[in-house]
Amino acid sequence: MLDRYELLRLIEHNARLTQPELAVMLGTTEEEIAAELDLLHKEDIILGYTTVVNWEKTKRESVTAMIEIRLMPQRDQGFDKIAQHLYRFPQVSSCYLMSGGFDLMLIIEDSTLREVASFISNKVAPIEGVVSTATHFILKKYKGNGVIFDDKPIDRREAIIL
Amino acid sequence: MVKKQNDILSEQVKAIPPSAIRRFFDLANEMKGEVISLSIGEPDFVTPWGIREAGIYSLEQGYTHYSPNQGYMELREAISEYMIRRYSLSYKPAGEILITVGGSEAIDLVVRALLNPGDEVVIVEPCFVAYKATVVLARGIPVTIETTADNSFKLRAEDLEAAISDKTKLVMIGYPNNPTGATMSRDELSAVAEVLERHPDVMILSDELYAELTYTEEEHCSIASFPALFDRTIVVNGFSKAYAMTGWRIGYACGPDWIIGAMNKIHQYCIMSSPSTAQYAAIEAARNGDKVIQEMREEYNRRRRVIIEGCRQAGLTCFEPFGAFYAFPCIRGLGIDSDTFCERFLREKKVAIVPGKAFGSCGEGYVRISYAASLENIQEAMVRLSTFVQDLKNEGKDNR
Repeated sequence: MLDRYELLRLIEHNARLTQPELAVMLGTTEEEIAAELDLLHKEDIILGYTTVVNWEKTKRESVTAMIEIRLMPQRDQGFDKIAQHLYRFPQVSSCYLMSGGFDLMLIIEDSTLREVASFISNKVAPIEGVVSTATHFILKKYKGNGVIFDDKPIDRREAIIL
Repeated sequence: MVKKQNDILSEQVKAIPPSAIRRFFDLANEMKGEVISLSIGEPDFVTPWGIREAGIYSLEQGYTHYSPNQGYMELREAISEYMIRRYSLSYKPAGEILITVGGSEAIDLVVRALLNPGDEVVIVEPCFVAYKATVVLARGIPVTIETTADNSFKLRAEDLEAAISDKTKLVMIGYPNNPTGATMSRDELSAVAEVLERHPDVMILSDELYAELTYTEEEHCSIASFPALFDRTIVVNGFSKAYAMTGWRIGYACGPDWIIGAMNKIHQYCIMSSPSTAQYAAIEAARNGDKVIQEMREEYNRRRRVIIEGCRQAGLTCFEPFGAFYAFPCIRGLGIDSDTFCERFLREKKVAIVPGKAFGSCGEGYVRISYAASLENIQEAMVRLSTFVQDLKNEGKDNR
Protein backbone atom coordinates (compact mmCIF):
# COMPACT_ATOMS: atom_id res chain seq x y z
CA MET A 1 0.00 0.00 0.00
CA LEU A 2 1.54 3.27 -1.12
CA ASP A 3 1.87 5.87 1.62
CA ARG A 4 1.09 9.18 -0.09
CA TYR A 5 2.60 11.17 2.76
CA GLU A 6 5.89 9.36 2.39
CA LEU A 7 5.75 10.00 -1.35
CA LEU A 8 5.10 13.70 -0.74
CA ARG A 9 7.87 14.01 1.82
CA LEU A 10 10.29 12.36 -0.59
CA ILE A 11 9.57 14.54 -3.59
CA GLU A 12 9.30 17.64 -1.44
CA HIS A 13 13.01 17.15 -0.72
CA ASN A 14 14.01 15.83 -4.11
CA ALA A 15 11.65 16.52 -6.97
CA ARG A 16 14.05 14.96 -9.45
CA LEU A 17 13.45 11.38 -8.35
CA THR A 18 12.05 9.55 -11.34
CA GLN A 19 8.94 7.43 -11.23
CA PRO A 20 10.92 4.17 -11.56
CA GLU A 21 13.19 5.30 -8.70
CA LEU A 22 10.23 6.22 -6.54
CA ALA A 23 8.60 2.88 -7.27
CA VAL A 24 11.66 0.96 -6.03
CA MET A 25 12.19 3.19 -3.00
CA LEU A 26 8.60 2.90 -1.89
CA GLY A 27 8.24 -0.77 -2.72
CA THR A 28 5.53 -0.36 -5.33
CA THR A 29 4.99 -0.21 -9.08
CA GLU A 30 5.60 2.65 -11.50
CA GLU A 31 1.93 2.54 -12.44
CA GLU A 32 0.87 3.12 -8.87
CA ILE A 33 3.32 6.01 -8.47
CA ALA A 34 2.10 7.59 -11.71
CA ALA A 35 -1.53 7.23 -10.66
CA GLU A 36 -0.90 8.70 -7.22
CA LEU A 37 1.07 11.66 -8.60
CA ASP A 38 -1.72 12.27 -11.07
CA LEU A 39 -4.22 12.29 -8.25
CA LEU A 40 -2.06 14.62 -6.13
CA HIS A 41 -1.93 17.09 -9.02
CA LYS A 42 -5.66 16.86 -9.60
CA GLU A 43 -6.38 17.45 -5.94
CA ASP A 44 -4.15 20.54 -6.04
CA ILE A 45 -1.92 19.03 -3.36
CA ILE A 46 1.13 19.20 -5.60
CA LEU A 47 1.19 22.70 -7.02
CA GLY A 48 4.59 22.85 -8.63
CA TYR A 49 8.25 21.83 -8.51
CA THR A 50 11.07 24.21 -7.64
CA THR A 51 14.84 24.19 -7.34
CA VAL A 52 16.81 25.36 -4.34
CA VAL A 53 19.30 27.91 -5.71
CA ASN A 54 22.06 29.65 -3.81
CA TRP A 55 21.93 32.93 -5.73
CA GLU A 56 24.75 34.35 -3.65
CA LYS A 57 27.13 32.17 -5.61
CA THR A 58 26.01 33.63 -8.91
CA LYS A 59 26.62 37.04 -10.43
CA ARG A 60 22.94 37.88 -10.33
CA GLU A 61 22.09 40.82 -8.12
CA SER A 62 18.98 40.35 -6.06
CA VAL A 63 17.59 41.40 -2.75
CA THR A 64 15.07 39.73 -0.55
CA ALA A 65 13.00 41.60 1.98
CA MET A 66 10.48 40.58 4.57
CA ILE A 67 7.72 43.11 5.08
CA GLU A 68 5.51 43.13 8.13
CA ILE A 69 2.20 44.81 7.40
CA ARG A 70 -0.38 45.93 9.91
CA LEU A 71 -3.88 46.15 8.53
CA MET A 72 -7.27 47.51 9.38
CA PRO A 73 -9.60 44.57 8.77
CA GLN A 74 -12.32 45.23 6.22
CA ARG A 75 -15.95 44.47 6.86
CA ASP A 76 -16.99 41.02 5.63
CA GLN A 77 -13.64 40.37 4.01
CA GLY A 78 -11.19 40.27 6.88
CA PHE A 79 -7.66 40.39 5.54
CA ASP A 80 -8.18 38.22 2.49
CA LYS A 81 -8.93 40.95 0.01
CA ILE A 82 -5.81 42.95 0.78
CA ALA A 83 -3.72 39.79 0.85
CA GLN A 84 -5.05 38.87 -2.58
CA HIS A 85 -4.34 42.34 -3.89
CA LEU A 86 -0.76 42.09 -2.67
CA TYR A 87 0.18 38.54 -3.58
CA ARG A 88 -0.75 39.10 -7.20
CA PHE A 89 2.37 41.21 -7.64
CA PRO A 90 5.05 38.96 -9.12
CA GLN A 91 7.74 40.34 -6.81
CA VAL A 92 5.87 38.82 -3.87
CA SER A 93 7.28 35.34 -3.52
CA SER A 94 5.42 34.44 -0.34
CA CYS A 95 2.52 35.90 1.59
CA TYR A 96 1.34 34.80 5.03
CA LEU A 97 -1.36 35.83 7.47
CA MET A 98 0.29 36.04 10.86
CA SER A 99 -0.59 35.96 14.51
CA GLY A 100 1.11 38.46 16.83
CA GLY A 101 2.08 42.10 16.42
CA PHE A 102 1.33 42.42 12.70
CA ASP A 103 -1.04 40.82 10.21
CA LEU A 104 0.59 40.03 6.87
CA MET A 105 4.10 38.92 6.12
CA LEU A 106 5.29 39.42 2.55
CA ILE A 107 8.51 38.10 1.18
CA ILE A 108 9.66 40.23 -1.71
CA GLU A 109 12.38 39.38 -4.18
CA ASP A 110 13.61 41.99 -6.59
CA SER A 111 16.82 42.93 -8.28
CA THR A 112 17.72 46.07 -6.33
CA LEU A 113 17.10 47.69 -3.00
CA ARG A 114 15.65 50.71 -4.75
CA GLU A 115 13.09 48.56 -6.53
CA VAL A 116 11.97 46.93 -3.30
CA ALA A 117 11.72 50.33 -1.62
CA SER A 118 9.70 51.78 -4.45
CA PHE A 119 7.41 48.75 -4.51
CA ILE A 120 6.63 49.26 -0.83
CA SER A 121 6.10 52.99 -1.03
CA ASN A 122 4.13 52.90 -4.29
CA LYS A 123 2.24 49.66 -4.10
CA VAL A 124 1.94 48.53 -0.51
CA ALA A 125 1.77 51.54 1.78
CA PRO A 126 -0.92 53.48 -0.12
CA ILE A 127 -3.45 50.64 -0.02
CA GLU A 128 -6.49 51.53 1.98
CA GLY A 129 -6.46 49.46 5.16
CA VAL A 130 -2.68 49.29 5.44
CA VAL A 131 -1.87 50.92 8.75
CA SER A 132 1.90 50.53 8.74
CA THR A 133 4.77 48.53 7.24
CA ALA A 134 8.17 47.47 8.52
CA THR A 135 10.75 46.23 6.03
CA HIS A 136 13.60 43.86 6.86
CA PHE A 137 16.24 43.12 4.26
CA ILE A 138 17.86 39.72 4.29
CA LEU A 139 21.64 40.02 4.59
CA LYS A 140 22.58 36.39 4.31
CA LYS A 141 20.69 33.16 3.77
CA TYR A 142 21.97 30.37 6.01
CA LYS A 143 19.24 27.85 5.43
CA GLY A 144 16.25 27.73 3.15
CA ASN A 145 13.75 25.04 2.08
CA GLY A 146 15.31 22.75 4.68
CA VAL A 147 18.70 23.01 2.99
CA ILE A 148 21.74 24.43 4.77
CA PHE A 149 23.65 26.68 2.35
CA ASP A 150 27.44 26.29 2.20
CA ASP A 151 27.34 22.98 3.99
CA LYS A 152 28.83 20.21 1.92
CA PRO A 153 28.67 16.97 3.87
CA ILE A 154 32.00 15.26 4.40
CA ASP A 155 32.11 11.54 5.09
CA ARG A 156 34.38 11.28 8.11
CA ARG A 157 33.99 7.55 8.59
CA GLU A 158 36.80 5.00 8.47
CA ALA A 159 37.30 2.91 5.31
CA ILE A 160 35.84 -0.27 6.74
CA ILE A 161 33.88 -0.89 9.90
CA LEU A 162 32.73 -4.42 10.55
CA MET B 1 64.96 -11.12 26.53
CA VAL B 2 65.42 -14.83 26.98
CA LYS B 3 62.02 -15.93 25.78
CA LYS B 4 60.78 -15.27 22.29
CA GLN B 5 58.21 -12.48 22.16
CA ASN B 6 55.60 -14.88 20.89
CA ASP B 7 56.09 -17.12 23.91
CA ILE B 8 55.47 -14.23 26.24
CA LEU B 9 52.10 -13.24 24.81
CA SER B 10 48.91 -14.75 26.22
CA GLU B 11 47.74 -17.95 24.52
CA GLN B 12 44.28 -16.47 24.42
CA VAL B 13 45.38 -13.39 22.54
CA LYS B 14 47.35 -15.47 20.10
CA ALA B 15 44.30 -17.64 19.53
CA ILE B 16 42.23 -14.83 18.07
CA PRO B 17 42.98 -14.02 14.45
CA PRO B 18 43.76 -10.36 13.69
CA SER B 19 41.07 -10.37 11.02
CA ALA B 20 40.02 -12.75 8.31
CA ILE B 21 40.33 -10.00 5.74
CA ARG B 22 43.39 -8.06 6.84
CA ARG B 23 44.80 -7.63 3.36
CA PHE B 24 41.54 -6.34 1.99
CA PHE B 25 41.27 -4.01 4.96
CA ASP B 26 44.64 -2.45 4.19
CA LEU B 27 43.82 -2.05 0.54
CA ALA B 28 40.51 -0.34 1.32
CA ASN B 29 42.30 2.04 3.65
CA GLU B 30 44.86 2.86 0.98
CA MET B 31 42.16 3.61 -1.56
CA LYS B 32 39.94 5.56 0.80
CA GLY B 33 38.86 8.83 -0.73
CA GLU B 34 38.83 7.60 -4.31
CA VAL B 35 36.16 4.97 -3.85
CA ILE B 36 32.47 4.69 -3.09
CA SER B 37 32.35 2.98 0.26
CA LEU B 38 29.53 0.60 1.03
CA SER B 39 31.74 -1.22 3.51
CA ILE B 40 30.97 0.67 6.65
CA GLY B 41 28.92 -0.68 9.54
CA GLU B 42 27.86 2.70 10.76
CA PRO B 43 25.23 5.25 9.80
CA ASP B 44 26.23 7.89 7.26
CA PHE B 45 24.03 10.34 9.17
CA VAL B 46 25.72 12.66 11.62
CA THR B 47 24.21 12.48 15.13
CA PRO B 48 21.01 14.57 15.10
CA TRP B 49 21.67 18.11 16.22
CA GLY B 50 19.34 18.01 19.21
CA ILE B 51 21.42 15.17 20.65
CA ARG B 52 24.78 16.77 19.84
CA GLU B 53 23.53 20.00 21.39
CA ALA B 54 22.70 18.20 24.65
CA GLY B 55 26.28 16.93 24.81
CA ILE B 56 27.66 20.39 24.15
CA TYR B 57 25.40 21.90 26.81
CA SER B 58 26.67 19.41 29.38
CA LEU B 59 30.23 20.54 28.61
CA GLU B 60 29.25 24.20 28.92
CA GLN B 61 27.78 23.44 32.31
CA GLY B 62 31.02 21.81 33.36
CA TYR B 63 29.60 18.30 33.71
CA THR B 64 32.99 16.78 33.15
CA HIS B 65 33.31 14.36 36.05
CA TYR B 66 33.09 10.60 36.45
CA SER B 67 29.59 9.26 36.36
CA PRO B 68 28.52 6.45 38.71
CA ASN B 69 30.01 3.13 37.58
CA GLN B 70 26.73 1.84 36.25
CA GLY B 71 26.01 5.14 34.47
CA TYR B 72 23.92 8.20 35.34
CA MET B 73 20.61 7.34 36.98
CA GLU B 74 18.83 9.74 34.60
CA LEU B 75 20.11 7.78 31.63
CA ARG B 76 19.17 4.43 33.15
CA GLU B 77 15.70 5.80 33.86
CA ALA B 78 15.36 7.07 30.31
CA ILE B 79 16.46 3.67 28.98
CA SER B 80 14.08 1.87 31.31
CA GLU B 81 11.20 3.94 29.92
CA TYR B 82 12.42 3.39 26.39
CA MET B 83 12.57 -0.41 26.84
CA ILE B 84 8.97 -0.45 28.05
CA ARG B 85 7.78 1.96 25.40
CA ARG B 86 9.41 0.20 22.47
CA TYR B 87 9.71 -3.47 23.47
CA SER B 88 7.40 -3.92 26.48
CA LEU B 89 10.38 -5.07 28.54
CA SER B 90 10.55 -3.90 32.13
CA TYR B 91 13.93 -3.29 33.79
CA LYS B 92 14.60 -1.48 37.04
CA PRO B 93 16.97 1.45 36.53
CA ALA B 94 18.63 0.73 39.89
CA GLY B 95 20.03 -2.75 39.36
CA GLU B 96 19.00 -4.13 36.01
CA ILE B 97 20.58 -1.66 33.58
CA LEU B 98 24.28 -1.00 33.04
CA ILE B 99 25.67 1.72 30.79
CA THR B 100 28.71 0.53 28.83
CA VAL B 101 31.24 1.79 26.31
CA GLY B 102 29.29 0.75 23.24
CA GLY B 103 27.47 -2.53 22.75
CA SER B 104 30.84 -4.24 22.32
CA GLU B 105 31.82 -3.71 25.94
CA ALA B 106 28.45 -5.03 27.08
CA ILE B 107 28.98 -8.21 25.04
CA ASP B 108 32.44 -8.69 26.52
CA LEU B 109 31.12 -8.12 30.05
CA VAL B 110 28.33 -10.67 29.65
CA VAL B 111 30.81 -13.24 28.41
CA ARG B 112 33.37 -12.54 31.12
CA ALA B 113 30.78 -12.43 33.88
CA LEU B 114 29.42 -15.84 32.94
CA LEU B 115 32.21 -17.99 31.53
CA ASN B 116 34.50 -20.44 33.23
CA PRO B 117 37.33 -21.95 31.17
CA GLY B 118 35.95 -24.66 28.91
CA ASP B 119 32.37 -23.43 28.94
CA GLU B 120 30.72 -23.59 25.57
CA VAL B 121 29.06 -20.63 23.92
CA VAL B 122 26.72 -21.11 20.99
CA ILE B 123 27.28 -18.51 18.29
CA VAL B 124 25.05 -18.10 15.26
CA GLU B 125 27.07 -17.29 12.15
CA PRO B 126 27.48 -15.20 10.06
CA CYS B 127 27.71 -12.68 12.85
CA PHE B 128 29.39 -9.62 14.28
CA VAL B 129 33.12 -10.33 14.50
CA ALA B 130 33.45 -9.69 18.24
CA TYR B 131 31.36 -12.64 19.45
CA LYS B 132 33.88 -15.36 18.82
CA ALA B 133 36.86 -13.30 19.92
CA THR B 134 35.34 -12.32 23.28
CA VAL B 135 34.49 -15.96 23.97
CA VAL B 136 38.02 -17.12 23.14
CA LEU B 137 39.54 -14.35 25.26
CA ALA B 138 37.39 -15.51 28.18
CA ARG B 139 38.71 -19.06 27.68
CA GLY B 140 35.36 -20.27 26.47
CA ILE B 141 34.77 -22.56 23.54
CA PRO B 142 32.74 -21.14 20.65
CA VAL B 143 30.30 -23.60 19.10
CA THR B 144 29.05 -22.18 15.85
CA ILE B 145 25.76 -22.70 14.09
CA GLU B 146 25.77 -21.94 10.40
CA THR B 147 22.71 -20.22 9.00
CA THR B 148 21.96 -20.18 5.30
CA ALA B 149 20.37 -17.96 2.70
CA ASP B 150 17.83 -20.74 1.97
CA ASN B 151 16.47 -20.07 5.40
CA SER B 152 16.97 -16.29 5.16
CA PHE B 153 19.83 -16.60 7.70
CA LYS B 154 17.40 -17.24 10.53
CA LEU B 155 18.27 -19.48 13.45
CA ARG B 156 16.46 -22.81 13.19
CA ALA B 157 15.27 -24.48 16.37
CA GLU B 158 16.71 -27.90 15.40
CA ASP B 159 20.15 -26.41 14.77
CA LEU B 160 20.11 -24.75 18.16
CA GLU B 161 19.00 -27.96 19.86
CA ALA B 162 21.86 -29.83 18.20
CA ALA B 163 24.42 -27.23 19.24
CA ILE B 164 23.51 -27.19 22.92
CA SER B 165 25.41 -29.64 25.13
CA ASP B 166 25.72 -30.06 28.88
CA LYS B 167 28.71 -27.70 28.69
CA THR B 168 26.75 -24.89 27.11
CA LYS B 169 26.75 -21.80 29.29
CA LEU B 170 25.52 -19.15 26.89
CA VAL B 171 23.76 -18.70 23.57
CA MET B 172 24.45 -15.51 21.63
CA ILE B 173 21.75 -14.30 19.29
CA GLY B 174 21.96 -11.21 17.12
CA TYR B 175 18.86 -10.13 15.22
CA PRO B 176 18.48 -7.91 13.24
CA ASN B 177 21.74 -9.36 12.07
CA ASN B 178 25.05 -7.85 11.04
CA PRO B 179 26.13 -8.81 8.32
CA THR B 180 23.08 -10.47 6.75
CA GLY B 181 20.29 -8.04 7.65
CA ALA B 182 18.17 -11.03 8.69
CA THR B 183 15.42 -10.55 11.26
CA MET B 184 13.33 -12.97 13.27
CA SER B 185 9.64 -12.52 13.94
CA ARG B 186 7.92 -13.46 17.18
CA ASP B 187 6.67 -16.70 15.62
CA GLU B 188 10.11 -17.68 14.41
CA LEU B 189 11.68 -16.80 17.74
CA SER B 190 9.09 -18.78 19.65
CA ALA B 191 10.43 -22.03 18.18
CA VAL B 192 13.90 -21.00 19.36
CA ALA B 193 12.47 -20.03 22.75
CA GLU B 194 10.93 -23.47 23.13
CA VAL B 195 14.33 -25.07 22.73
CA LEU B 196 15.83 -22.71 25.27
CA GLU B 197 13.02 -23.43 27.71
CA ARG B 198 14.10 -27.05 27.68
CA HIS B 199 17.60 -26.00 28.81
CA PRO B 200 17.00 -23.90 31.92
CA ASP B 201 20.69 -23.49 32.76
CA VAL B 202 21.64 -21.92 29.46
CA MET B 203 21.94 -18.15 29.54
CA ILE B 204 21.03 -15.98 26.58
CA LEU B 205 22.73 -12.89 25.22
CA SER B 206 20.55 -11.04 22.76
CA ASP B 207 22.44 -8.42 20.76
CA GLU B 208 19.75 -5.97 19.67
CA LEU B 209 21.87 -3.06 18.51
CA TYR B 210 19.91 -2.93 15.26
CA ALA B 211 16.44 -3.40 16.81
CA GLU B 212 15.26 0.05 15.73
CA LEU B 213 16.24 -0.71 12.16
CA THR B 214 13.53 -3.28 11.51
CA TYR B 215 11.50 -2.79 8.34
CA THR B 216 8.76 -5.37 8.74
CA GLU B 217 5.18 -4.47 9.63
CA GLU B 218 5.69 -6.44 12.80
CA GLU B 219 8.02 -4.55 15.11
CA HIS B 220 11.22 -6.02 16.48
CA CYS B 221 10.64 -8.81 18.98
CA SER B 222 13.18 -9.52 21.71
CA ILE B 223 13.81 -13.06 22.89
CA ALA B 224 13.64 -11.57 26.40
CA SER B 225 9.92 -11.01 25.87
CA PHE B 226 9.27 -14.74 26.30
CA PRO B 227 8.39 -14.91 30.00
CA ALA B 228 10.21 -18.19 30.60
CA LEU B 229 13.43 -16.67 29.27
CA PHE B 230 13.28 -13.16 30.74
CA ASP B 231 15.16 -14.10 33.91
CA ARG B 232 18.17 -15.46 32.04
CA THR B 233 18.41 -13.16 29.07
CA ILE B 234 20.72 -10.17 28.85
CA VAL B 235 19.63 -7.71 26.21
CA VAL B 236 22.47 -5.66 24.77
CA ASN B 237 21.55 -2.47 22.98
CA GLY B 238 23.09 0.92 22.38
CA PHE B 239 22.83 4.29 20.74
CA SER B 240 25.32 3.80 17.90
CA LYS B 241 23.17 2.43 15.11
CA ALA B 242 19.68 3.74 15.79
CA TYR B 243 20.69 7.28 16.74
CA ALA B 244 23.78 7.56 14.53
CA MET B 245 25.96 7.91 17.64
CA THR B 246 28.80 5.49 16.92
CA GLY B 247 31.63 7.74 18.03
CA TRP B 248 30.02 8.56 21.37
CA ARG B 249 30.49 4.96 22.52
CA ILE B 250 27.37 4.42 24.58
CA GLY B 251 25.77 1.01 24.85
CA TYR B 252 23.90 -0.75 27.60
CA ALA B 253 22.92 -4.11 28.97
CA CYS B 254 19.60 -4.96 30.57
CA GLY B 255 19.06 -8.15 32.53
CA PRO B 256 18.69 -9.85 35.90
CA ASP B 257 20.33 -7.87 38.69
CA TRP B 258 22.70 -10.69 39.69
CA ILE B 259 24.27 -10.76 36.22
CA ILE B 260 24.22 -6.98 35.74
CA GLY B 261 25.86 -6.71 39.18
CA ALA B 262 28.59 -9.13 38.19
CA MET B 263 29.12 -7.28 34.92
CA ASN B 264 29.33 -4.00 36.78
CA LYS B 265 32.12 -5.44 38.92
CA ILE B 266 34.27 -6.04 35.85
CA HIS B 267 33.20 -2.72 34.34
CA GLN B 268 34.15 -0.74 37.45
CA TYR B 269 37.68 -2.13 37.51
CA CYS B 270 38.35 -2.07 33.76
CA ILE B 271 36.43 0.95 32.51
CA MET B 272 35.29 2.81 35.62
CA SER B 273 32.40 4.53 33.84
CA SER B 274 31.23 5.47 30.36
CA PRO B 275 32.07 8.96 29.08
CA SER B 276 29.91 11.54 30.84
CA THR B 277 29.41 13.89 27.88
CA ALA B 278 28.19 11.01 25.78
CA GLN B 279 25.81 9.91 28.52
CA TYR B 280 24.23 13.36 28.65
CA ALA B 281 23.74 13.26 24.90
CA ALA B 282 22.27 9.76 25.22
CA ILE B 283 19.73 10.97 27.79
CA GLU B 284 18.39 13.39 25.20
CA ALA B 285 18.39 10.63 22.57
CA ALA B 286 16.49 8.15 24.73
CA ARG B 287 13.95 10.72 25.86
CA ASN B 288 13.29 12.64 22.68
CA GLY B 289 14.80 10.62 19.87
CA ASP B 290 11.88 8.46 18.70
CA LYS B 291 11.01 10.80 15.85
CA VAL B 292 14.52 11.17 14.42
CA ILE B 293 14.95 7.41 14.60
CA GLN B 294 11.80 6.96 12.61
CA GLU B 295 12.93 9.38 9.93
CA MET B 296 16.26 7.62 9.57
CA ARG B 297 14.57 4.23 9.53
CA GLU B 298 12.28 5.32 6.69
CA GLU B 299 15.27 6.60 4.76
CA TYR B 300 17.19 3.34 5.28
CA ASN B 301 14.16 1.38 4.21
CA ARG B 302 13.99 3.21 0.88
CA ARG B 303 17.69 2.67 0.28
CA ARG B 304 17.25 -0.97 1.25
CA ARG B 305 14.77 -1.45 -1.56
CA VAL B 306 17.08 0.33 -4.00
CA ILE B 307 20.04 -1.86 -3.09
CA ILE B 308 18.11 -5.15 -3.21
CA GLU B 309 16.73 -4.19 -6.60
CA GLY B 310 20.25 -3.17 -7.68
CA CYS B 311 21.77 -6.50 -6.62
CA ARG B 312 19.08 -8.44 -8.41
CA GLN B 313 19.37 -6.29 -11.54
CA ALA B 314 23.10 -7.02 -11.46
CA GLY B 315 22.25 -10.70 -11.59
CA LEU B 316 23.06 -11.65 -8.00
CA THR B 317 20.66 -13.67 -5.89
CA CYS B 318 19.88 -11.77 -2.76
CA PHE B 319 17.46 -12.81 -0.08
CA GLU B 320 15.45 -9.88 1.18
CA PRO B 321 16.84 -8.55 4.48
CA PHE B 322 14.36 -6.79 6.75
CA GLY B 323 16.74 -5.34 9.30
CA ALA B 324 19.97 -3.44 9.99
CA PHE B 325 21.47 -1.65 6.96
CA TYR B 326 23.07 -4.47 5.03
CA ALA B 327 22.34 -6.58 2.00
CA PHE B 328 24.12 -9.92 1.77
CA PRO B 329 23.94 -11.08 -1.82
CA CYS B 330 25.34 -14.38 -3.03
CA ILE B 331 28.30 -14.31 -5.41
CA ARG B 332 28.67 -18.05 -5.91
CA GLY B 333 28.82 -19.25 -9.46
CA LEU B 334 31.01 -16.36 -10.58
CA GLY B 335 34.14 -18.42 -10.19
CA ILE B 336 35.84 -16.41 -7.44
CA ASP B 337 35.70 -16.32 -3.66
CA SER B 338 34.31 -13.38 -1.70
CA ASP B 339 37.75 -12.03 -0.85
CA THR B 340 38.80 -11.88 -4.50
CA PHE B 341 35.41 -10.52 -5.52
CA CYS B 342 35.70 -7.61 -3.10
CA GLU B 343 39.33 -6.91 -3.88
CA ARG B 344 38.74 -6.84 -7.61
CA PHE B 345 35.53 -4.83 -7.25
CA LEU B 346 37.52 -2.31 -5.25
CA ARG B 347 40.45 -2.16 -7.69
CA GLU B 348 38.48 -2.33 -10.90
CA LYS B 349 35.28 -0.45 -10.11
CA LYS B 350 36.31 1.59 -7.08
CA VAL B 351 33.56 0.38 -4.79
CA ALA B 352 34.34 -1.01 -1.35
CA ILE B 353 32.19 -3.79 0.12
CA VAL B 354 33.09 -6.50 2.62
CA PRO B 355 33.76 -10.23 1.98
CA GLY B 356 31.21 -12.40 3.77
CA LYS B 357 34.02 -14.58 5.07
CA ALA B 358 34.89 -11.88 7.59
CA PHE B 359 31.76 -12.81 9.53
CA GLY B 360 32.34 -16.54 9.78
CA SER B 361 33.26 -19.28 7.37
CA CYS B 362 29.65 -19.80 6.27
CA GLY B 363 29.70 -16.21 5.02
CA GLU B 364 31.99 -17.32 2.20
CA GLY B 365 30.20 -16.98 -1.13
CA TYR B 366 28.51 -13.79 0.02
CA VAL B 367 29.40 -10.13 0.32
CA ARG B 368 28.12 -7.52 2.72
CA ILE B 369 26.92 -4.30 1.13
CA SER B 370 26.01 -1.50 3.50
CA TYR B 371 23.28 0.90 2.50
CA ALA B 372 24.29 3.43 5.13
CA ALA B 373 25.29 5.68 2.24
CA SER B 374 23.69 8.38 0.13
CA LEU B 375 21.17 7.39 -2.51
CA GLU B 376 23.43 8.78 -5.25
CA ASN B 377 26.35 6.65 -4.08
CA ILE B 378 24.18 3.56 -3.80
CA GLN B 379 22.76 4.06 -7.29
CA GLU B 380 26.19 4.61 -8.83
CA ALA B 381 27.64 1.61 -6.95
CA MET B 382 24.83 -0.59 -8.25
CA VAL B 383 25.55 0.45 -11.83
CA ARG B 384 29.19 -0.50 -11.30
CA LEU B 385 28.20 -3.76 -9.62
CA SER B 386 26.16 -4.66 -12.65
CA THR B 387 29.05 -4.10 -15.06
CA PHE B 388 31.44 -5.92 -12.73
CA VAL B 389 29.24 -9.00 -12.53
CA GLN B 390 28.92 -8.90 -16.31
CA ASP B 391 32.72 -8.72 -16.62
CA LEU B 392 33.05 -11.77 -14.41
CA LYS B 393 30.48 -13.70 -16.39
CA ASN B 394 32.26 -12.85 -19.64
CA GLU B 395 35.55 -14.03 -18.16
CA GLY B 396 33.86 -17.28 -17.25
CA LYS B 397 32.76 -17.73 -20.86
CA ASP B 398 36.23 -16.94 -22.20
CA ASN B 399 37.80 -19.51 -19.93
CA ARG B 400 35.46 -22.22 -21.06
